[in-house]
Amino acid sequence: MGFRDSLFGRTKQVAPQLDNLFALPSASLSLETQLDLVTSGQAGLCFKAGSGADEIQTDAQVLALLNFDEKDSSVTVQTDDLGFKWLVITDPDLENLVTRIHGANAEMVENNLGPRLLCCVFGFVPKTPPGDGAVRMVYLMKQGTWYPFAPKGDNDRDNELELRVRSFIGTDLPFEKDLSRWMALYNLPVA
Amino acid sequence: MPKSTIEADHGLSVRMFMTGLGLVVLYAILMTVLIRLGVGVGFVAVIGAVMLFSQYYFSDKIAMFSMHAKEVTPEQEPRLHEIVDRLCLLANMEKPRVGVAEMDIPNAFATGRSPSHAVVCATRGIMARLNDEELEAVLAHELSHVAHRDVAVMTIASGVGMLAGLLSRMAMWGAMLGGGGNSRGGNNNNGGGNIVLLEMATMLISMVVYVIAFLLTMALSRYRELAADRSGAILIGKPSVLASALVHVTGDMGRIPRTDLRKAESMNSFFFAPALSGGSAASLFSTHPSLEKRLDALAKLEKELNG
Repeated sequence: MGFRDSLFGRTKQVAPQLDNLFALPSASLSLETQLDLVTSGQAGLCFKAGSGADEIQTDAQVLALLNFDEKDSSVTVQTDDLGFKWLVITDPDLENLVTRIHGANAEMVENNLGPRLLCCVFGFVPKTPPGDGAVRMVYLMKQGTWYPFAPKGDNDRDNELELRVRSFIGTDLPFEKDLSRWMALYNLPVA
Repeated sequence: MPKSTIEADHGLSVRMFMTGLGLVVLYAILMTVLIRLGVGVGFVAVIGAVMLFSQYYFSDKIAMFSMHAKEVTPEQEPRLHEIVDRLCLLANMEKPRVGVAEMDIPNAFATGRSPSHAVVCATRGIMARLNDEELEAVLAHELSHVAHRDVAVMTIASGVGMLAGLLSRMAMWGAMLGGGGNSRGGNNNNGGGNIVLLEMATMLISMVVYVIAFLLTMALSRYRELAADRSGAILIGKPSVLASALVHVTGDMGRIPRTDLRKAESMNSFFFAPALSGGSAASLFSTHPSLEKRLDALAKLEKELNG
């Protein structure tokens, strides 16, 4: 924020940064070789539903807005218990997931909904089952940075695993350097 | 408190004693020099003493207030109370009051002017991050602070620094108000120039003393932390559990939040302009020893206990 914005108490809404999304597929190679983690085949886009005439009210409207076919079962819209909307895409190929999430993002931005975007989440699971220690790679739209989130139970997280992920792919991805921004996302609808 | 069976770490005791001795010597030097210079020390000393005493006397209230901590009953926090109860029985000490601070930063502290006025406090963040055993280790460390009367010790230790700080500030005002002023009584009735010079000298000496006293106080605080680590670990009998708790709450792991992104209080920063990214610089003059030092000491203790 500039000096005049501070002086007049204005906040500028920030456009999301989408470019760093495409760094994920190449980083996922290290995830697989080093940590035995592969894509779960699901990715999600989290945004805050607003109110107002030009806003999206129903899940069908969201899908229509983003040019997704309502009959396409690989895309669903869900509302979580905190009132945030999730666009969940299922696709076994990570590159496809990234492309489709990016497309959905770009569409939101075009419809002036960019400031409402909170984060994108890509699910990763251990390749050789049965394994616990699933990791979600979270992409902060406003910062354009990544961080891992490894839920453990309903409201705890596995910090050791998260820091291990950073030590292996921290240089491949634009990682969020400020650890206090590695917020949790409990009970998220993305597997 | 009954005499504890815990064996003292002689090296640590010696270092603590030397640091304390250094502070006393420094205090004596400061007083002598100032009296030689003819500065009216009495007034300053009284102010310093009053400030120190209130800081000491109200230490529990000040700390609880600044950490936004509230005292809790056993009904509100059964887990925390149960652990404290057990530890106090084990250590044969009076049970302090128990408090909780609603913040995500993992931390715990103990304060209060005497064991009977003590309060032990944990943040919500530390309770979420640690399992029962680790939380017990952290509380044992805090109870050791209570048993060691660390509030009293550190208050007295910071006395010299505080006095020097006060003096330098007053000397600065004195010099700024000009040498011709009649504001200061003293036995120095020479020309105005001399008084300014005197004020400058007082300020300089006080500042140097303040820095040395500050460093010594910090060193003493680090030794007290190591001592509390040691007693706490011996009390629960498992230094490794305290070590594991330290690893979980300090450094990188301690900074990763438990708060949900969607519930984050600083939600604005995610929807509006990114806030300044806080590069958390490790403070050079830390009141706590480094994690490595504490872990080393605990590993050594583990060997002693098992060997």
